[in-house]
Amino acid sequence: MADAIMGIGGLKYDHKKRHRPPELNVFLALILIIGVFEILGQTLPYMNGQSFLFDTQGRFDSIFNEARLKIVILQVAIIGIIALGVTQVILTGGIDLSSGSIVGATAMIAMSFAQVGEVNGSPNTRAVFFEQGWVDLPVMIPVMVGLACGLFAGLINGLLVAYTRIPPFIATLGMMVTARGVAKWWTKGQPVSFPTESFATIGAGMTPVYIFVALAVLFYLIMRHTVYGKHTYAIGSNMDAARMSGINVQRHLTMVYTIAGGLAAIAAIVLSSKNLTAQAGMGVMYELDAIAMAVIGGISLQGGRGSIIGTALGALIFGVIISGFTYLRLDAYYQEMAKGAIIVGAVVLDQWRQRRAAHRL
Amino acid sequence: MNDIILETRGLTKHYGGVHALEDANFTLRRGEHVAIMGDNGAGKSTFVRQITGVEQPTRGEIHFDGNKVEFKGPIEAREAGIEAVFQTLALADHLDVPDNLFLGREKTKWNWLGPFRRLDYAAMHADTLAALEKTGVKIPSIRNTIQFMSGGQRQCVAIARTATFHSKLTIMDEPTAALGVQETAQVENIVRALKEQGEPLILISHNMRQVMDLCDRIVVFRRGRICANLRAADVSGEEVVAYITGAKTQAEYMVEDAL
Repeated sequence: MADAIMGIGGLKYDHKKRHRPPELNVFLALILIIGVFEILGQTLPYMNGQSFLFDTQGRFDSIFNEARLKIVILQVAIIGIIALGVTQVILTGGIDLSSGSIVGATAMIAMSFAQVGEVNGSPNTRAVFFEQGWVDLPVMIPVMVGLACGLFAGLINGLLVAYTRIPPFIATLGMMVTARGVAKWWTKGQPVSFPTESFATIGAGMTPVYIFVALAVLFYLIMRHTVYGKHTYAIGSNMDAARMSGINVQRHLTMVYTIAGGLAAIAAIVLSSKNLTAQAGMGVMYELDAIAMAVIGGISLQGGRGSIIGTALGALIFGVIISGFTYLRLDAYYQEMAKGAIIVGAVVLDQWRQRRAAHRL
Repeated sequence: MNDIILETRGLTKHYGGVHALEDANFTLRRGEHVAIMGDNGAGKSTFVRQITGVEQPTRGEIHFDGNKVEFKGPIEAREAGIEAVFQTLALADHLDVPDNLFLGREKTKWNWLGPFRRLDYAAMHADTLAALEKTGVKIPSIRNTIQFMSGGQRQCVAIARTATFHSKLTIMDEPTAALGVQETAQVENIVRALKEQGEPLILISHNMRQVMDLCDRIVVFRRGRICANLRAADVSGEEVVAYITGAKTQAEYMVEDAL
């Protein structure tokens, strides 16, 4: 047999029997969904043969409709950053419901350190720290303050989950409500606007996409090639085994939730910079979108299974669906209904596949 | 060099009013394979939990490799060189074989990165292959995750850990209780391989044939006490059963007599 090699101890080992990486299925699903939109676009009479994916009017150098592709990835880049952290939390067998609220609180606090002193020639007296004179600060200050906020909130999540042993669902639910409260209390509900030019460049144009891609690559490498990543998987796979193997489970869980908080803070900085304003209601429901991206990407809610590539693909599927519905000129209502169905469908499919794989033995 | 690898003196464990283990004097020589037998609740598992650091004894001393030891937890015992394969296997389902072997003590590069230090997959794979070869474990591919492996293969992976880390003492608690005939044979072959390499072993088993086949000495526990110390070659299965049930008793536990 050509494709069967001899394994350890002389056992025959057939490479064909190796399990297909789940990311491949997610990727095929992405292609399938794009295909469905493309075919619908071509066949529905009111679409006039518009293409979803391809450039039919010769507007771009390549054959693809680059404008649409950019929108697809741009609109998921920021929530995708959050999803990278949420993925790690889910891999440990936990859940993080607080990331959306952390985005809100962090955006408010970071933005108030990024305001300009003068607007249209008159002093910006509505700046949060105008009286203290903390305006026109270098861009590093709001970024660092924002990061510190997110890391701190994540640290509290982590300490609660690791040391009080309350379920992650409850711990992060508490943080979700509290952080939203902080976001509203910070300026008594007033939006924070007029950032400095340097702060505004963080989220300008395609920069959010570059930040998302860079972080995705970074965390892919971390999860795959470092002790931190391996222990994250081990804890989600079998917490008792991890503990018996000498892994400091409590310290590690604290670290995972802290990093998730840090990633939510980066998303907040990028988002407030892109919008040129921060509002207390920012990031509402982002936690659920981020969880959905991870779940669609094949991250098992039981923990231990999935990868950053899966989440990145899940984020793309998310973007394609949103863009696809807009392209088909369907109302946003249908978009949300379909989104819900896809999340549930992805989990059902994945569990079915897992069971089938177990039966094949 | 001392000939004795493990010795317990007056090892006692009480759970409240329950005297689970009473005055256990146990000796294990280097390279020796000893079976611990006894009825359910005779104190076998309690004894193992004391020497692997899972629990701390009420009274008594443990001497391991020439030193008096007091393990505060299973990790300390493992660091000292006592590797236990428990009935409930401590394996992470979604990780592959090398990951499981090296869990908690990964080989790494770039250690200045702290928790983000890089895993040295190449070295771990090489060591895994060497360990599997040494123990004669048969696994189709070490790159497959544990979750789809049979009970025997999982047991083998757990046992291969001991070979990987050159532990000084291996303890197996009912390693074949849940396995089929072929898988049992595979595990038994691994035990024989350990014997050939002179690795000492404590085997807890209810399987008389297995014990007679694999071990030099049989220590029988009854009602929390060591009640017999027998050389496997000298006794019959019926005799051992008589000790286990209490039909027969041995006056004094003497290692020298049995050797």
